[in-house]
Amino acid sequence: MSRFLFPRWSNLLLPTIILAAATIPVYAIFFVAYGFSPKTLEVGYQPDQPVPYSHALHAGELGIDCRYCHTSVEKAAAASVPATQTCMNCHTQIRPESPKLAKIKESYATGLPVEWSRVHKLPDFAYFDHSAHVNRGVGCVSCHGRIDKMEVVYQKSPLSMGWCLECHRNPEPNLRPTSQITNLAWDPAVELSKQEREALKTKFSIHPSQDCSTCHR
Amino acid sequence: MTTLSHDSNVGRITDNTVDRPGERAPLVLNMNTFGEVTATVCRVNEAGKAPFAWYVAFAAALGLLSVLGACITYLIFTGVGVWGLNNPVMWAYDITNFVFWVGIGHAGTLISAILFLFRQKWRTGINRFAEAMTIFAVICAGTFPGIHVGRVWFAYWLFPIPNQMEMWPQFRSPLLWDVFAVSTYFTVSLLFWYTGMVPDLATLRDRAKGKVQQLAYGMFALGWRGSNRHWHRYERAYLLLAALSTPLVLSVHSVVSFDFATSQLPGWHTTIFPPYFVAGAIFSGFAMVVTLAVPAREMFGLKDLITLRHLDNMNKVILVTGCMVGYAYSMEFFIAWYSGAMYEKFAFINRAFGQYWWAYWIMVSCNVITPQLFWFKKIRTSIPIMFVLSLFVNVGMWFERFVIIVTSLANDFLPSSWDKFTPTWVDIGTMVGAFGLFFTLFLLFCRFLPMIAMAEVKAVMPQADPHGAGAGKHGHH
Repeated sequence: MSRFLFPRWSNLLLPTIILAAATIPVYAIFFVAYGFSPKTLEVGYQPDQPVPYSHALHAGELGIDCRYCHTSVEKAAAASVPATQTCMNCHTQIRPESPKLAKIKESYATGLPVEWSRVHKLPDFAYFDHSAHVNRGVGCVSCHGRIDKMEVVYQKSPLSMGWCLECHRNPEPNLRPTSQITNLAWDPAVELSKQEREALKTKFSIHPSQDCSTCHR
Repeated sequence: MTTLSHDSNVGRITDNTVDRPGERAPLVLNMNTFGEVTATVCRVNEAGKAPFAWYVAFAAALGLLSVLGACITYLIFTGVGVWGLNNPVMWAYDITNFVFWVGIGHAGTLISAILFLFRQKWRTGINRFAEAMTIFAVICAGTFPGIHVGRVWFAYWLFPIPNQMEMWPQFRSPLLWDVFAVSTYFTVSLLFWYTGMVPDLATLRDRAKGKVQQLAYGMFALGWRGSNRHWHRYERAYLLLAALSTPLVLSVHSVVSFDFATSQLPGWHTTIFPPYFVAGAIFSGFAMVVTLAVPAREMFGLKDLITLRHLDNMNKVILVTGCMVGYAYSMEFFIAWYSGAMYEKFAFINRAFGQYWWAYWIMVSCNVITPQLFWFKKIRTSIPIMFVLSLFVNVGMWFERFVIIVTSLANDFLPSSWDKFTPTWVDIGTMVGAFGLFFTLFLLFCRFLPMIAMAEVKAVMPQADPHGAGAGKHGHH
């Protein structure tokens, strides 16, 4: 009876298979956890905008308050993108002939809105309310970063569920007095002591919920 | 080895269910050499064609498997609404099937691990396919939690895997313990089964004529040469795995019972659940082993290896565990009365006389009354009767899980929330289809893998006795 003998090199297969069986699942978990995470996929998202509008100029150099344009941020779930009319409050007077304003003026004339590209987008199944955060000590900068230094706005934070929960589990480091809400340069870690931040938590009676139904309604 | 010689005292015994004082009944009949055992077992795998009955059974099993596939596909594309679940009855056929199949799996581990540690040598004839049955039953069981979550593509949330949502399963929930218990059970059972099979796979490899068989069996035989060192390590590994799986026999179904027992629902909230579930699991598992062994030994000509004594012993286990289950049923009623809790009392009266009274009485007649017939040796050793009784036990144990789950949920504390569960065709198709999955795997196993642990069976033959031919006639020790 001719017995089949495996070639000598096949001895290497067993350790290889065992090694693969041990490492592939670990790699797969790592790959999904980090590779598919919004931290990897979405942070830094910076779409081209139809109008070369500079937050660095308007909010930074000129010091216009965020709320001048994003009017509903303290009252509603959405911060709202300003209407063309808001631009024209100033731009009827200031540099009205600039070619960069062509699209704004066209929109102003026709009444059709400028089609801005949305940068920060939460999925429809996640409920988020700007007013609930802004009125209770979470400043713009905590989520959006230094918008006042961005020529073209990009996504600073991952906006993932884990990222939301990080703050809901430990909100103190992100609290500031409401007077400094839109002050992007103001850093609570520098300006406030630990006791003061904890006092803010009590003052705003912040008990961030972590139930599923808080955000998935 | 002088013991290899023919032993006339063992030679032609056909009834080994008789116990003679001072003698051990033989566990292998009509075989005088190790070679005969090998030939009998390997014939099943080496034959060019399987028995005709195998093809019929396999076609039927594949048919049912496709029913399962169709039902699951329909479920995934449509949603769990295709099942008959409603608001109070949020678990029904899905979890009934899950618990049923996990329970079936328990016989394999009990036979392979606990009977091994207790040196019950009759286990060698049945352990291989009982373990295979365990593995296939756990595969069937694992299907149900996977599909009952609704959004099947999120079924991996059952496991605590790091994720960007920083979301973890509830570690205080028995549903998560269940995930660990069942997956550990599956892994250990698979390892145990495979480890025990390595020497037999090597036998098949060495006997194989075709290139494909040589390569396939050769790969899985892991280079086994049967050297002393190999046997030494094999025995060690086998003993360790037996010790490792012994607690699993008790723990897995205890954890499954926690799914119910840790809740507040009357009818579920019971401290007797863990031992009661374990006894029920072994009860149903052994019934399934008998259900499979009876036709398998017939179909593949293994009657001399899976003897009447083996079946007799298994029927005794069914009798014992059946009594335990009956005791648990009555104790539940006693506690319901003794506790003085009105919801508890209602839950049990409702169970026996409420809207699902028929399910309860099917359960009692199949699980409590039927096994009592096994007190009679005539019945324990009658092939047709034990086959029918084992089917009754299988049915009864399915109904036990249905009764526990559905009657408790359908009529809970608030009469305003009561409802009735009626299965849809998808419920029934999925339940029946799971048997297709089970039997497809089992029939493939019968055809391509050694159904009987040849190496172990040889060790319990008198010819293996190292104390010489004289000691041989006492059979196994």
